[in-house]
Amino acid sequence: MSDSMEQIYLAIVLAPLFGAIIAGLFGKQIGRAGAHWVTNIGVAISFILSIVVFKHIVIDAAPSFNGTVYTWLVSEGIRFEIGFLVDRLTAIMLLVVTFVSLMVHIYTIGYMHDDPGYQRFFCYISLFTFSMLMLVMANNFMQLFFGWEAVGLVSYLLIGFWYKKETAIYANLKAFLVNRVGDFGFLLGIAAILMYFNSLDYAEVFQAAPTMTQLTMEIIPGSAWSVMTVICILLFIGAMGKSAQVPLHVWLPDSMEGPTPISALIHAATMVTAGIFMVARMSPMFELSETALSVVLVIGAITALFMGLLGIVQNDIKRVVAYSTLSQLGYMTVALGASAYAAGIFHLMTHAAFKALLFLGAGSVIIAMHHEQDITKMGGLKKYLPVTYWCMLIGSLALIGFPGFSGFFSKDAIIEAVHASTIPGAGFAYLCVLLGVFVTAFYSFRMFFLVFHTKERMDEHTRSHLHEPAKIVILPLIALAIPSVVAGYYIYPLLFGGYFGDAIVVSQQHDTLAKLGESYTGIFGFMAHGLLALPFWLAMAGLLSAWYLYEKRPDIPGMIKSRAAVIYNILIRKYGFDEFNDFFFAGGARGLGRLFWNIGDVKLIDGLIVNGTAKSVGWFSARIRHLQTGYLYHYAFAMIIGLVVLVVFFVNDL
Amino acid sequence: MSFEMPDFTPAIPEIFILCMACFILVADLFVSDDKRVITYLMSLATLVVAAMITINLHSTETVYTFSGTYVKDAMSDVLKLFIYLITAVVFVYSRGYLSERNLFKGEFYVLGLFGVLGMMIMVSAHNFLTIYLGLELLSLCLYALVALQRDSIFASEAAMKYFVLGAIASGLLLYGMSLLYGVAGTLDITTFSNVITANNLTGGEYSTVLALGMVMVIVGIAFKLGAVPFHMWVPDIYHGAPTAVTLYIGSVPKLAAFALIMRLLVEGLGELHAQWQDILIIMAILSMGLGNIVAIAQANIKRMLAYSTISHVGFLLLGILAGTKEGYSAAMFYTIVYTIMTVGGFGMVLLLSRAGFEADKLDDYKGLNERSPWSAIMMLILMFSMAGVPPTIGFYAKFSVIEAIINVDLIWLAAIAVIFSVIGVFYYIRIIKLMYFDKPLDTSPITSTPDMRLILSLNSLAVLALGIFPGSLLAVCVAAIT
Repeated sequence: MSDSMEQIYLAIVLAPLFGAIIAGLFGKQIGRAGAHWVTNIGVAISFILSIVVFKHIVIDAAPSFNGTVYTWLVSEGIRFEIGFLVDRLTAIMLLVVTFVSLMVHIYTIGYMHDDPGYQRFFCYISLFTFSMLMLVMANNFMQLFFGWEAVGLVSYLLIGFWYKKETAIYANLKAFLVNRVGDFGFLLGIAAILMYFNSLDYAEVFQAAPTMTQLTMEIIPGSAWSVMTVICILLFIGAMGKSAQVPLHVWLPDSMEGPTPISALIHAATMVTAGIFMVARMSPMFELSETALSVVLVIGAITALFMGLLGIVQNDIKRVVAYSTLSQLGYMTVALGASAYAAGIFHLMTHAAFKALLFLGAGSVIIAMHHEQDITKMGGLKKYLPVTYWCMLIGSLALIGFPGFSGFFSKDAIIEAVHASTIPGAGFAYLCVLLGVFVTAFYSFRMFFLVFHTKERMDEHTRSHLHEPAKIVILPLIALAIPSVVAGYYIYPLLFGGYFGDAIVVSQQHDTLAKLGESYTGIFGFMAHGLLALPFWLAMAGLLSAWYLYEKRPDIPGMIKSRAAVIYNILIRKYGFDEFNDFFFAGGARGLGRLFWNIGDVKLIDGLIVNGTAKSVGWFSARIRHLQTGYLYHYAFAMIIGLVVLVVFFVNDL
Repeated sequence: MSFEMPDFTPAIPEIFILCMACFILVADLFVSDDKRVITYLMSLATLVVAAMITINLHSTETVYTFSGTYVKDAMSDVLKLFIYLITAVVFVYSRGYLSERNLFKGEFYVLGLFGVLGMMIMVSAHNFLTIYLGLELLSLCLYALVALQRDSIFASEAAMKYFVLGAIASGLLLYGMSLLYGVAGTLDITTFSNVITANNLTGGEYSTVLALGMVMVIVGIAFKLGAVPFHMWVPDIYHGAPTAVTLYIGSVPKLAAFALIMRLLVEGLGELHAQWQDILIIMAILSMGLGNIVAIAQANIKRMLAYSTISHVGFLLLGILAGTKEGYSAAMFYTIVYTIMTVGGFGMVLLLSRAGFEADKLDDYKGLNERSPWSAIMMLILMFSMAGVPPTIGFYAKFSVIEAIINVDLIWLAAIAVIFSVIGVFYYIRIIKLMYFDKPLDTSPITSTPDMRLILSLNSLAVLALGIFPGSLLAVCVAAIT
């Protein structure tokens, strides 16, 4: 059995890779249809096998698998391997990744229908699926890093997929650079692990971790830092880059320059959650450092609230959803910080479904509007796009945490977990996530009303062409709407039923979910409690404010805008992160570069070393060529001088 | 004194070449000018048959004959085979050039074959006098070949210079040999070496004479190789001689010169390694430096290649002066690689030349890629190989000699070698730049015989193929040095 399971694990990973290679290298030969068939089948195989794995690991309760497939190299006793760790955490990630990926693959057939880079696109998204699967199935840090970088690469390629579009190139460069910052931290973290544990294998590292708690290191001489805290914070810096936490969040809104399926797959549902997954996977280490957990909690809380606020002033439909993604990632991070890893993963799962739904819904609107993304130019689309309307409504309700929808369960669990947490910063985080609920509801329904209700603001030409997109686009929407509603009902087994077993380690004093579990009285009890609790009323308040301001009295927002111009300007400038980065980091780096270029490169290296030597060699060459006079007696003379010199130097006693 | 009939078997290739050269000399008289191709084919056939004989006689054991004046060992067999091969290639390349200049005569081939005989004797000599005999036979043929184009003043001047300087060098070599004979009382190389060792002559009262003899011999060898400061003849003779002759002088004799070093310095004066190592270091540095630096200032490709030869000699000496088996193998490998590259390089000059046009200016290579992309890519491979850029064979040649000197802890010398080879890259790559990035000055079509084009292509591709799979040739060189 285990042998055949190993084959299945391999097949899950390799099927999308195979599809990517065929579509990428032989795209011309197999044509457009060939490309989408081969990649869709590859991902479908992965999805079906992921269900098999889920059944095997979770339902049949088989022990988790941890094995090496291939040893890449052994250097001074450290093994660099490709291996799989498939436990309950991996199983659920496999399901999420392959399901969303499959939906996006199907959707893409319709969305990218007329694009000249059709085959290339399919190659990339299949390659992404492969990379993401490598990441979640890794059993060691090296492979994790491989997957980590590979998804980053594909993300870069896909944000700049329309490589003739100036803004897309800017965005992909930005995403790449910001992620480098995070990856640098991540790599340092891995290096620290290698240094202190002398191993890259999860199992070995986790086993040895508890013995390391007392260890300290001096990075700045004189101040001893706990090794575990340093490692965890470094790893978390990696997560901040990939999962777009403040202040490394700046790339995610810009990544919306890529095609919409990518925004759904990579920049909402899967890749950006890699950081969340990674921290959950590293729970045996994070649990050992309360400082690191506090950092995670506070960063997450800031992201959850303040990025949500930015969603209120955005007019681009995709950007609104993007800021909502940032905010929701903040929620997941908060859950991690509160040691409610299961809640974080749970929210990751429900969020993957409803956020992919929202993005694909937004994509459907964009197609219908002929690639118009400005919500102030939409309105009243309900009667033209009924299916999209209902799907978006489900997605939005799930996002704001309306009782009964998936988001309600996962978000409520997080808020309650933070409430129960006692680590430093928990109070601040609780306030942030509570206010975040109002903000989420407000921007979500602001967008919803502006797009589907209110009066029609588009031009006549667009209006005459408005119609529901092709079935291939609608189908994934419906398929994603289902889990957006029902995924929440797994709350009990996932959070309180010890679902994750030993895949996630929570120390006794941090176990916030256990405290929640004590008062858990079943789904309906949870819902009933939710209806009375503060978050629900905040969400309703947000929804109603949006309705009042944009549906009922559309004149008020303009007034607020002019009255509170200062706040509005702060928000529209996104707190000045971009300006600061452009000025300080980009400008500073360019300035420094120019300085080194002028002095180091042009003057020193080019001027003195390169051209200097070339010139002096040339000069020397031009001089000594005249030794060759052409006179025979000169030549004979040279020979004799040579002989004499040799005799004088080498014949002793002469 | 009884006369013992010597064993002629090991020398059958020499005897065969001698007979055929005489036969062709006479037969050529009866061949009319328009049938001269018969002479050419007979010469090629001679080389092929000689190669077959050598291969048939090949064995790894060392055989002495003619009272120990002649030796046949693994090294001599390998070198002879390459002498046949390269000479045959020279004959193929030069046919078109010679017939366009009314030089397509029997003399070229007869002198060429006698030169081959001289080189074979040098390779197989095991006695100071035999070595001298071989050397003189080769030299006389070369003097005559340079002067083949009697109406060209450049060629006559070159021949004259070559003859006078060659005579000085031969005189010095012979003088050195006589001093060595005076010390040891023998001309046989093995006996000489044994006498030196047995009587510990390096430190005794004869040490001065011994050292003087050694220096003289080295000067003779250095002249033959063209090492600085005994290189003066090289650029002038390469430039002045008809390109076909330059092709011959520039390539094959280096194989014999390598044998000359091995027989005289390594086998004969091996005991004095510490002393001749210093001399060779000086000559190697000067050769690499002067060769590479002055080559930059040349506008004539034949002169440029002459200076390139001088620098290659410097590298070759590195392998020798290491004084290890590994170093000798590396030097032999370098020599063989050098001849293959050089014959290709001058072959390219021949390919581009036509009646009344020598194609020996660097500017003549401008825009070659537009005129003939295939020729350009072949030239590119050859230039990269001479510069020592992987994956061409030139890289491995440089690599192995540098490795040899690093292994004897001459790291500073290795660093110097690397620096000079970097300087040298410039003028090779300049040719590539001219071929690919400049507009052609001359747009007339390139005419050449198909056999030449084929062999030249094989020549260049071999440089690349051997660079990718250098193992077999390296193994041959390692096996040849015992």
